[in-house]
Amino acid sequence: MEAQDIRTRLIALLTTIAPDIDPATLDPVQDVRDQVDFDSMDRLHFAMAISEEFHIDIPEQDYPRLGALQKACEYVQVKLRAGGSSSATGA
Amino acid sequence: MQIDFRLPSLGADMEHATLAEWLKNPGDPVHRGEAIAVVETDKGLIDIESYEDAMVTELVVAPGARIAVGTVMARLSAERAAGAPAREAAAAAVPPQPLPSAGGPLAPAPKPPAPLAPAAPAATAPGRARLSPAARRRAHELGMSPEALEQRMAGKILHVEDVERLAAEAKARPSGVAVAPDARSAMRAVIGSAMARAKREIPHYYLGHAFDFGAVRDWLVRHNATLPVSERLIEGLLVIKAVALAAARIEGFNGYFRDGHFARSTAIHVGTAIAMRGGGLVAPALLDADRKDLKTLMLEFSDLVTRVRTGHMRSSEFMTATITVTSLGEDGVETIYPIINPPQVAIVGTGCVRERPWVHAGSMAARPVLNLTLAADHRVTDGRTGSRFLKTIAELLAAPEKL
Repeated sequence: MEAQDIRTRLIALLTTIAPDIDPATLDPVQDVRDQVDFDSMDRLHFAMAISEEFHIDIPEQDYPRLGALQKACEYVQVKLRAGGSSSATGA
Repeated sequence: MQIDFRLPSLGADMEHATLAEWLKNPGDPVHRGEAIAVVETDKGLIDIESYEDAMVTELVVAPGARIAVGTVMARLSAERAAGAPAREAAAAAVPPQPLPSAGGPLAPAPKPPAPLAPAAPAATAPGRARLSPAARRRAHELGMSPEALEQRMAGKILHVEDVERLAAEAKARPSGVAVAPDARSAMRAVIGSAMARAKREIPHYYLGHAFDFGAVRDWLVRHNATLPVSERLIEGLLVIKAVALAAARIEGFNGYFRDGHFARSTAIHVGTAIAMRGGGLVAPALLDADRKDLKTLMLEFSDLVTRVRTGHMRSSEFMTATITVTSLGEDGVETIYPIINPPQVAIVGTGCVRERPWVHAGSMAARPVLNLTLAADHRVTDGRTGSRFLKTIAELLAAPEKL
């Protein structure tokens, strides 16, 4: 999957959770929570949404790697290349 | 039997709401707990649920009308429910409801519904715009205040497309004030008056207890490692469950103080303070938190947070909390000194868990430590009982596998 495609889908997930996010002004390298109202439950929901959208398992200790858009994008790419939908997300 | 379906009070300081939408028509059956209408309040859109198994016979108020707490919104007929076996059992599980007439000093007496004609488009203030229910919902999704739109677009009828266009225009402006400041200040006023009332009327006492949170952390890592992302539990949920169980064991923290005395509730509905998008705070309840397993509670909690953060809540969740838990989340500071949400008599606060030097198994170690705080009502309990309550919560959290 292309990086641009992953990025677009991540932004769509983000704006579903936090409708007030404006993708145009979002700094991709800065942590989302430092830019908009995005609390710890939002972050959890973001991890859940990514896992579902891309059919990848995300271990809990990896949650911090989803903080900034750019990093989240790279994380998903790596996971997909590693053959994503292995373990718990089969159904 | 004819039943008047009235607008319930959804908080100590709610006096009015605007009917956004009917979800039922005359002739439709409704079940206890099923939503009949959606109203708009300072806290966002809220589903108003029926207390009865019944049939809708008449819709008294029209969408768009601004109505006072206690106003008859619709009439229901209970005929249909005759012999419904689930009714008694269900009714017994519900704690004393803060029905309008039983509200605190700030809750207005129910007003006679007389001035509201059934054909009530007229009840919308003249000169204001009207929003379709879908447009109203879309406005919320976009973080815009429907009231502000009504005022700004006077005389027009707004549909979804209009709302989206206005939102896009607002975004295009340099300052981009998408969240209407008047909605924010209305919310702030609601919080302000509820908390002023709490501070004025309730003789709070405060206790704090710091303890090793390692048992919860270790157990959660093991527990969550086996589960898909969607089923994993979070620390805050275990605290909620522990508070509910402690409230079942130690009396004086779960219930309402009203009309000069404390009435304990056998049901334990834990209000959870959740920050609203764009500012403000609500504390809807996780119902029967002491009796549900962690998996069920997590699903309900997650659903509750999502609906608060996107603006769609249910009346029963607002009216039923018998005790509250508030947390500053992972990003917060280590201690919170909360204020009781009247007519409740206790609120438990959790700070963020931090690694600290701590004596563990006889020597110094870096351990995750949680500061648990309690604000409780001195008219009901004193520090000694409060201390037992906090220690019980900590003890329950030391054995998370049993929660």
